[in-house]
Amino acid sequence: MKRTVPMIIAATTGFVLIMSHFIPLSEEWGSKAMQWFNVLAAIAFVLGGSNLMRMNLQKISDRRPGWGYAAVTLIAFLVTLSVGLLKVGVQPTSSFPTNAWAAPYNQEGSSLWWLYEYLYKPLASTMFALLAFFIASAAFRAFRAKNPEAIALLSTAFIVLMGRTYVGGLMRDILPRGMEWLSFDSMTNYIMGVFNLAGMRAITIGIALGVASTSLKVLLGVDRSYLGSGDD
Amino acid sequence: MDRSFDILHFAFLSFQSSVVTRVNVAFGVALVSMLMCHPVLAQSSPQSVTDLVAKDHPNDVGTTLDVSWSLSPDDDPDADPPAVSTYHILRKREGDAEFTKVGEVPLQSTSFTDKNVERKQAYLYQVVAVGPGGESAAVTTTEAATPVMEWFRTDRGWLAVFVLLICTAVTTFIVIAKSGRELYIRNIPGLEAVDEAVGRATEMGRACLFVPGIQDINDIQTVAGITVLSRVASLTAEYGARLEVPTARSLVMTTARETVEASYLAEGRPDAYRKDDIYYLTDEQFGYAAAVTGTITREKPAACFYMGTFYAESLLLAETANGVGAIQVAGTAEPAQLPFFVAACDYTLIGEEFFAASAYLSGEPIQLGSLRGQDVGKLLVAALVLIGCGVATWGSVAANTELVGGEMAASLMSFLQDNVLGSKGFLP
Amino acid sequence: MYQFLKTLDRRWIFLLILLAVAIPIYWGWQFPERPSPMVRSVFEAIENLPDGSHVWMAYDYDPGAQGELHPMAFAFTRQCALKHHKMYFMTLWPQGPPMIQENIDLLKREFPDLTYGEDYVNLGYRPGYEGPIKLAVTDLRSTIAADVDGTSLDDMPMTADVKNIQEMDLIINTSAGYPGTKEWVLYASTPYNIPTVAGCTGVQSPYLYPYVPRQLNGLLGAIKGAAEYEFLLLEAYPELRENPNAREALRRMGPQLLAHLVIIALIIVGNIVYFVGRSRGDM
Repeated sequence: MKRTVPMIIAATTGFVLIMSHFIPLSEEWGSKAMQWFNVLAAIAFVLGGSNLMRMNLQKISDRRPGWGYAAVTLIAFLVTLSVGLLKVGVQPTSSFPTNAWAAPYNQEGSSLWWLYEYLYKPLASTMFALLAFFIASAAFRAFRAKNPEAIALLSTAFIVLMGRTYVGGLMRDILPRGMEWLSFDSMTNYIMGVFNLAGMRAITIGIALGVASTSLKVLLGVDRSYLGSGDD
Repeated sequence: MDRSFDILHFAFLSFQSSVVTRVNVAFGVALVSMLMCHPVLAQSSPQSVTDLVAKDHPNDVGTTLDVSWSLSPDDDPDADPPAVSTYHILRKREGDAEFTKVGEVPLQSTSFTDKNVERKQAYLYQVVAVGPGGESAAVTTTEAATPVMEWFRTDRGWLAVFVLLICTAVTTFIVIAKSGRELYIRNIPGLEAVDEAVGRATEMGRACLFVPGIQDINDIQTVAGITVLSRVASLTAEYGARLEVPTARSLVMTTARETVEASYLAEGRPDAYRKDDIYYLTDEQFGYAAAVTGTITREKPAACFYMGTFYAESLLLAETANGVGAIQVAGTAEPAQLPFFVAACDYTLIGEEFFAASAYLSGEPIQLGSLRGQDVGKLLVAALVLIGCGVATWGSVAANTELVGGEMAASLMSFLQDNVLGSKGFLP
Repeated sequence: MYQFLKTLDRRWIFLLILLAVAIPIYWGWQFPERPSPMVRSVFEAIENLPDGSHVWMAYDYDPGAQGELHPMAFAFTRQCALKHHKMYFMTLWPQGPPMIQENIDLLKREFPDLTYGEDYVNLGYRPGYEGPIKLAVTDLRSTIAADVDGTSLDDMPMTADVKNIQEMDLIINTSAGYPGTKEWVLYASTPYNIPTVAGCTGVQSPYLYPYVPRQLNGLLGAIKGAAEYEFLLLEAYPELRENPNAREALRRMGPQLLAHLVIIALIIVGNIVYFVGRSRGDM
C-alpha cells in the first residue's frame, strides 16, 4: 500500500499532465499542479525547520564535537526568523501611513534588510569568491598531460584562459595581416562558437532523452527506489 | 491633404467665377496657406480599414477570436503627426443592437485578439481608425465569428509525434526485457567505482557522504540521485559503513529517509539505519555549501557522492573533499558544472550516464529495457540531425550551382524548420 | 624543490591567487579592450533601438553572483538610461530585489532627470520560477498588478498601457542560473519573437552559446564580456569617462589577467612535477 498508492498518484498525475500539454482544455493543469507542489513544499519547510532545531539542540545538549557551530546555526536561524516574522524595524509607507505592518518585511532600513545587507550578502559573495581559489588548486592538481585527450584539453584551456584576458588581444598587433585568426581571442571565440557549441548541443540532447526516459520509468513504476520500503 | 485640396479647388472656383474681389482672393490664398502650414487643422478623418475578418482562434478552449484587417490607406508612421494613431475595436453579439468597444491597438497594427468571448456565441466586429482628424467610418465584419473549442493542439502535433515515438520505444523495450531477453549494457566506470568507494570507507572506518543536489524532489535529477542513493545505502548497510545525507530541501530529506530505510530493510539491517544522519540544512545555496564543506572538513568522510542538480557549489564541495583525501563520484546533468566535477572528482557520470545509473545499478532487466528505448530516441535524433544537415547542404550547394533538386531541398528545409523544429514542433 | 612541489600545500596556491587578485586591484591596472562581434551585437541591439523604446530588464541573480554580474547589469542600465529607454525591472530570484534596487539607486544618482514611474519601474520579485514569464508574456497583470511599493500598474504612466511583455522592444536578461536566460528564451523571446540580449556568469556561458544568434541576439560572458561592453559604452558616450563607476568590469580585468596567468603557470608547474615524477618512477 505504502508504495502502490503514491505510485498510482505519480503515474496518473504524470500521464494526465503530459496529455494536458496537447489538449487546450487542460493546458492550465500543469501550473495548477505546480501550485500544489509549492504548497506541499511550504508545509515541508516546517518539517525541515523543526528537524534542524531538534538536531542542533541535541548536538548542544550532548556537547558533541563542533557543538559551537550548532549554537551559531540555531541563534542565526531564530534571530532571522523572528526578525522577519515580527517585521522588526519596518516603518510605515506612504500607502499606509498609520500601519507599519502593511509595509514589506524586507523594507530598506528594517532589521531583516540589515541582516541581509551586512551579513548575508558579504557571506554569500565570500562563498562564491572561494571558487577562484579552488579553481586554481584544482587546475594545479588535475590538468596533467597524461594522454592525447588530456593534452587536447590542456591546449584548449590554455588558449581560452589567455583569450579571456587583455593579453589575448595583444597578439593581433604582432601577427601579420590575414593571420589574425591565430590570436588567442579569435581562437577563443572560434572554440566557444564551434567546438564548445557542438559538444554542448550533443550533451543537451543526451540529457533531454535521459530526462524523458527517467521520467517514463518513474511514471510507469519501473523505478520505485524513491518511494521507500514496501512495508506499511 | 484631402481637405487642402478641397479648399484649393474652392478657391480656384471662386476666382474663376469672378464674383470675388482682390481682397477675397487674398483672403482665400491666406486661408489656403494657413491650412497647409497647420497639418492638424488640415487633416480630415482617416480612411477606413479594409478586408476586415474575424475568425476563431486556433488551438484554444473557445474563448478567443482573432480579428484582422488591412491598414487604413492613411496609416503612415512617418507622417508628423500620423493621420491614424489608434484602431478601436468594437464588438456585438449577433442579434444585439449596439456595438461596444472591446479594445484598441496602436497604428500599424493589423490584428487584435479578443480573449473575452463566450464559447459557441456568434460575434460581429467593427474597426474604426482614429486620428487627430477624427474617426474613420466604421467597417463591420460581413460574417459573424463563433469561438470553438479544439480538442487537440495541432500546433503541437510534431511534438506529440516525437513524444509518442520515444515513449513507444521505451515501453516496447521494457516489455521485451520483461519477456526475459538479455540486454547488453556497456560498463560505466563511475558506477563501478561506487562499490569501491563504499568499501574503502568501510576499511578506513570513516563515513560516506551523499549529496543529492540542491534542487527539490520535483527535479528529475534529484529523483535520479535518490535512486543512486538507494544503491549506496544498500552497500553501506551490507558493509556496515556510516552514511550521512545532508539535504537542501525538506521534501528531499523525507524522501531520502524513506529510501535509505528501505535499503537497510532490504539488506536485513534495519537496526543499523540512523534516521538522524539524513538531515535538512538550508534551502540557501551557499549556506548549504558552507555547512556541507564544514562537515567534510570536520568529519573527513572517506567517500563522497554528488548526485543531482548542482550549480556553483559543485567545485566548493568537490575540492574541499579532495583536500581531505576522499574518493569522489559525481553525477549531474548540469552541463555548466560537469567540467568542475571532471576536474575535481575521481569519477563523473556525464548527463545521460547519470540517468542510466539507476538502471545500471539495479541490474533489473526492465530498467535496462528503458535504456535501450533511450538509445532509439538518440538514433532518431541523430537521423534527424543528419537529414537536416544533408538537406541544408544540398540546398545551399544547389543554390550556387546547377545541381538538381535545389528547390525541393529548400522547401524541405523550411518545412523542417517551421514544423518539426519550429512553433509546431519542439518550440514551447 | 621537487618534493616541496609534489606535496604542495593548497594554501600556497591560495596565497598566490590572493596576491594575483589583490595586486592589480591595489595598483588599479586597467587595459583597453577589443570588443568581440558578440559583444558588439549586444551593444547595438540596445543602441539601435529608437530612443524611448520599451525594455524589459530581467535581472535574475543574487549577492553570490553580484561580483560577476553587477558590472554588466549597471552597464545595461546606464546604456538604456542614456538612450531614454523605458525600463521595466523584474527578478525571478528571491534574493534579486536588492540587486534591482542597486540599479534603481544608480538611476537616481546618475540620471536625476529620469522619473520613477515614467522612465523606469521596479516590478520586484515574482515567485514560481519560469511561471511568471509564461503569464506575463501574454497578460502582465495576471502575475504583476503593482510595482514593488504596491502602486498599481494602472496608476503609472509607463505601465498603464502595457498589456504584456510582447509589447517590449527588447528583453535584457542578466542571470546567474535557474531561472534565467534559458527560461526567458524558451518562454518569451522565441515563441513571441521578442529581441533578447543576455549577460551571464562564466560557467553559464558555454551552456547559452547554442541560443546565439537565432534565439538570443547577443550574450555577454562574465567579466570579460562586461569589460568589452563597458569599453564600447565609454567610446560611444564620452560623458561616462568621468564616472569611475562606469569602469567596474574594466577594473576587474586586471585581477582576471594576473589570475589567469597564475593558473597557467600552476598548470605548467603541475605538469613538470608530473613528468619529473614519472621519469623518476614516482607515479
